[in-house]
Amino acid sequence: MLGGIGLILVGMLVGDIFAVFVLHQNAAKVGESVSAAAHAAMAGDANAVGASFKSVGGFLENRGTKVDTHVHMIAFGYLALMLAILQPWVALRESTRKKVAWTFLIGAWLLPVGVFLIHYVGLAYSPLAAIGWASIFADFGGLLVILATLACLFGIARHFRQSTQPPPEDGLLKDRAVAGRVLMIGGVALVFLGFLHGAYYAGVDLYRHEALDYSLLSEMTASAAAKNAAALESALAGYGRLGGEKAVNIAAHAHAIEFGLLAMLLAFFQPYVSLRDSWKLNWAWVLLLGSLGLPVFVLLELKLGLVAGGMADVGGLLVIIALLAMWIGIVRYTGEIDAPARVADGGKG
Amino acid sequence: MSAARRLLIVGGIALALLGMIYGVWYAVFAEHQELDGIGKSLTASFSAAAQRDSAAAGTALHDYQELKYSYDRHVDAHGHWIGLGMVLVVLGIGLERIGFNERWTALLAAGLVLGSFLFPLGVMLQTFTPGAAPQAVAVVGSALVIASLAGITVGFAVPRTND
Repeated sequence: MLGGIGLILVGMLVGDIFAVFVLHQNAAKVGESVSAAAHAAMAGDANAVGASFKSVGGFLENRGTKVDTHVHMIAFGYLALMLAILQPWVALRESTRKKVAWTFLIGAWLLPVGVFLIHYVGLAYSPLAAIGWASIFADFGGLLVILATLACLFGIARHFRQSTQPPPEDGLLKDRAVAGRVLMIGGVALVFLGFLHGAYYAGVDLYRHEALDYSLLSEMTASAAAKNAAALESALAGYGRLGGEKAVNIAAHAHAIEFGLLAMLLAFFQPYVSLRDSWKLNWAWVLLLGSLGLPVFVLLELKLGLVAGGMADVGGLLVIIALLAMWIGIVRYTGEIDAPARVADGGKG
Repeated sequence: MSAARRLLIVGGIALALLGMIYGVWYAVFAEHQELDGIGKSLTASFSAAAQRDSAAAGTALHDYQELKYSYDRHVDAHGHWIGLGMVLVVLGIGLERIGFNERWTALLAAGLVLGSFLFPLGVMLQTFTPGAAPQAVAVVGSALVIASLAGITVGFAVPRTND
């Protein structure tokens, strides 16, 4: 559980650091390089075209590996928390479960660290033509996570086969407090809204965007070949707008679902939050408000510009503040829920 | 443990595993090659435009379009299988809080698991045969996911009789 929370926290932190110091600057550089390539094509300079696209490749690799690092850390963190909740159903020996947990955590750290290093290590000393050592280690990390998850699945299947074993009792799962209910309902609703938006985007915009991507690039090459500067600038501006449209839609879809999952997971941990019930409920509503506000205002960024961007940031800040408040509540927890179980165990726990 | 809870938890972990295995296969055997191809075809297209060769520019852009189409769908299938797998596991853990009877809960769980498998499968199949059939699989899958999720959201809001 600690490893999972650690992965989520580090993943969010590196996401913020990357966003502030790398991603936005990188997006601007990609746009500039594509524009430079188009202008080089118009000037008939094929070498400059090659150089510009080499830069684009470098910027995209830099951006892509950092986004992957951020996303995989958070996703593995969620998976670790879920597997932690499922442990009572995993019918494996204690020592085996510990080994499986360590295997999972080693893999869950190795993959994002390996992905992060891809841009810096490249193909140095690699035995393969297209895949470097950082990729090999990242893939190995992924393999460890798969094996550990497979072991958990095997343990759960084994639990079902052992029909004589009584079902595990877990106080966290039986909690019916209002804050937990609000987080659970709000979380599922956020996941539902995220999916609804994703389906709408796939049905209405995805194919149009793909066609537009191709037609704008065709327009760029055609206008460059015809030395038509006005048409070239228009196509470049359209390409920039298209990139923005795609980015806000994907970000809104992903964040709604991700925050929904987070709210659902936090619903299970509410008994451990040592705060007054009224404050637990307040923080649950703050988290949900921020979780809804961020994707909604991200979507509105194209229409309202910086105002919506600022509101989306406020949404993200609300989520962080609510999370921090719940985290402080968990730090204040002194073990009153676990005490009866320890007494029943004869104080071995 | 109820059958619906078992289905969601086992199905969710299985889907997450499927997504990961597919992701590892894709990263090793296809991703690097596709990304390399996308970059090369774009460069070739603009270089051809610099040499005033519109036909070559068009051909290279067509290659770019095909590679980009395939790349986006591979990544989407990988991400959605894992993401949906995690949603299934969390819902499975919290399923006892749903206010519907066992039959309705099992029906919603079955719809969600089936949709979560079919939707990314349809997306992935589009890389092999672009056309109406794989798109229909993806649409049916996503419709099942949305309908089941809507039902489960209502189910969590309905108070259980023993609460």
